[in-house]
Amino acid sequence: MSSEAVAPHAEWGKPRHPAVLFLVHVAAILEMEARKLRKDPTELLMRGVQPALWLLVFGQAFSRFRVLPTGSVSYKAFLTPGILAQSITFISIFYGIAIIWERDMGLLQKVATTPIRKSALALGKMLSASIRSLGQAVIILVLALILQIHLHLGALSILGVLLMVILGGAFFSGLSMVIAAIVRTRERMMGIGQLITMPLFFSSNALYPMSVMPGWLKVIATINPMSYLVDGLRGLLIATPDTHFGLDVLVLVVAGLLMLALNTVLYPRILAG
Amino acid sequence: MDEVTVRVRDLAKRFGEVHAVQGVSFEVHAGECFGLLGPNGAGKSTTLKMLTTLLPRDGGTIEIAGVPLTGDVTRVRARIGYVPQMLSVDGSLTGYENLLIFAKLYGLRRGERERRIADILELVGLGEAADRLVKTYSGGMIRKLEIGQAILHQPRVLFLDEPTVGLDPVARKGVWEHIERLQQEQNMTILLTTHYMEEAESLCTRIAIMSRGRIAAVGTPAELRAQMGNPDASMDDVFAHFAGSFEHEEGGMKHVFRSRRTARRMG
Ligand SMILES: Nc1ncnc2c1ncn2[C@@H]1O[C@H](COP(=O)(O)OP(=O)(O)O)[C@@H](O)[C@H]1O
Ligand SMILES: [Mg+2]
Repeated sequence: MSSEAVAPHAEWGKPRHPAVLFLVHVAAILEMEARKLRKDPTELLMRGVQPALWLLVFGQAFSRFRVLPTGSVSYKAFLTPGILAQSITFISIFYGIAIIWERDMGLLQKVATTPIRKSALALGKMLSASIRSLGQAVIILVLALILQIHLHLGALSILGVLLMVILGGAFFSGLSMVIAAIVRTRERMMGIGQLITMPLFFSSNALYPMSVMPGWLKVIATINPMSYLVDGLRGLLIATPDTHFGLDVLVLVVAGLLMLALNTVLYPRILAG
Repeated sequence: MDEVTVRVRDLAKRFGEVHAVQGVSFEVHAGECFGLLGPNGAGKSTTLKMLTTLLPRDGGTIEIAGVPLTGDVTRVRARIGYVPQMLSVDGSLTGYENLLIFAKLYGLRRGERERRIADILELVGLGEAADRLVKTYSGGMIRKLEIGQAILHQPRVLFLDEPTVGLDPVARKGVWEHIERLQQEQNMTILLTTHYMEEAESLCTRIAIMSRGRIAAVGTPAELRAQMGNPDASMDDVFAHFAGSFEHEEGGMKHVFRSRRTARRMG
């Protein structure tokens, strides 16, 4: 064949380095999500209602009982990172539904015939869920300020919170996409999402410190990835002494990379419908 | 002019017990519009999905613009445009934004990106509507945008899966005109599938009649009539001669569901 067949549009300059192209592709998938959210932020705002209720009702009630040993900080301050983690988890664990929807529409197939790599598409989608999670974080932190909950909001701690939110959103949406690739239909994905959210939440340290858990629950909480998200956020926002930021980041990064790898492998499965 | 742009040999695909595609071979030459004509369930979409790297094949070879479809498929993807049977644009973005995202996915650089998007908008006649949300578009406008999106990167071959299904007759004529212009003015190589005989006959230089996963006959409409021995035959007669009756068994509930969903597309 002619050399023209190998470089289809020579007039468009040199082909880009694969690594640059990878980043361009991830950014394009993110831009698609960001543009959609900017046009219609109602869903994001609606999703702020539930965490608001948790903070207002649950936080208020438990503050009065003073049953949990939260040290020198108020229970509401203790609860805020837990509710933030809950909100990120819940919004991300259903992200697979959006993927199935795009698959059913045909959009995903169209994207898959462009030169984007499977891993770039999977990473782009996982980080798209992180954008949504960041929206939640802003809503909840503003709410906490309004409620005069005392949090550490220095520049470093906010940067740390952003990192945790991005990692948490990417991991849980990655998990959701793996489930979506296995169950394949929106209905089943919805069912599984509902089945796992509550156990995930209650078996974590979101509502109560690990120290008050019975032994069996402690074991579950230790293998529950949500606990690491809560722990990281709590360490940053209320400066609890016994948190492990480094470990929390490490666990979420490794778990997120595992999901990325699984999604890259499973992606033909979700396309096939 | 006789350069072969798409070469398919002995293509096969099974879904469990269903032989969706078996022993399909054909060649598409540069600059021609080649039609796969067959009823629902004939295996047209499955064939196109294998050609566009979406579906792994069970047998056979594919070569597109001189590049064999094996291993690293991104080289093939840079050379093809594909408009799936289903919807492939995002209703909650504008027409311009849909083109922009895909221009980035195709790796176009900033300067050429804007130029190319402007050209495409003009080519498919959506300049005025570019900044409107796609969910406010008519079915015909959506199809034109999808075609524009698929040719942003100047592909060597454009695959169209049932380009006019679910459109009203006026919109269908509009889409036909655009496909004809692409072929005549841009010399685009096009492979389209359809279950409308009229569409195949008016758009395609050559037609492959497909039935139950196989190709029953290939040729220009005139050649097909000659092969059949009746130069005055209608396309229906031609089809009946080579593939039996057009309305043979369908894929049942699942198939009806699929084609209805496709027909409904987007409001
Ligand atoms: N993903 C799939 N799983 C199982 N069967 C399928 C799948 N896709 C297509 N089929 C079957 O393969 C056959 C060919 O389908 P298709 O290629 O969509 O036909 P056409 O596009 O010509 O209408 C049909 O019997 C269809 O039901
Ligand atoms: Mg089809």
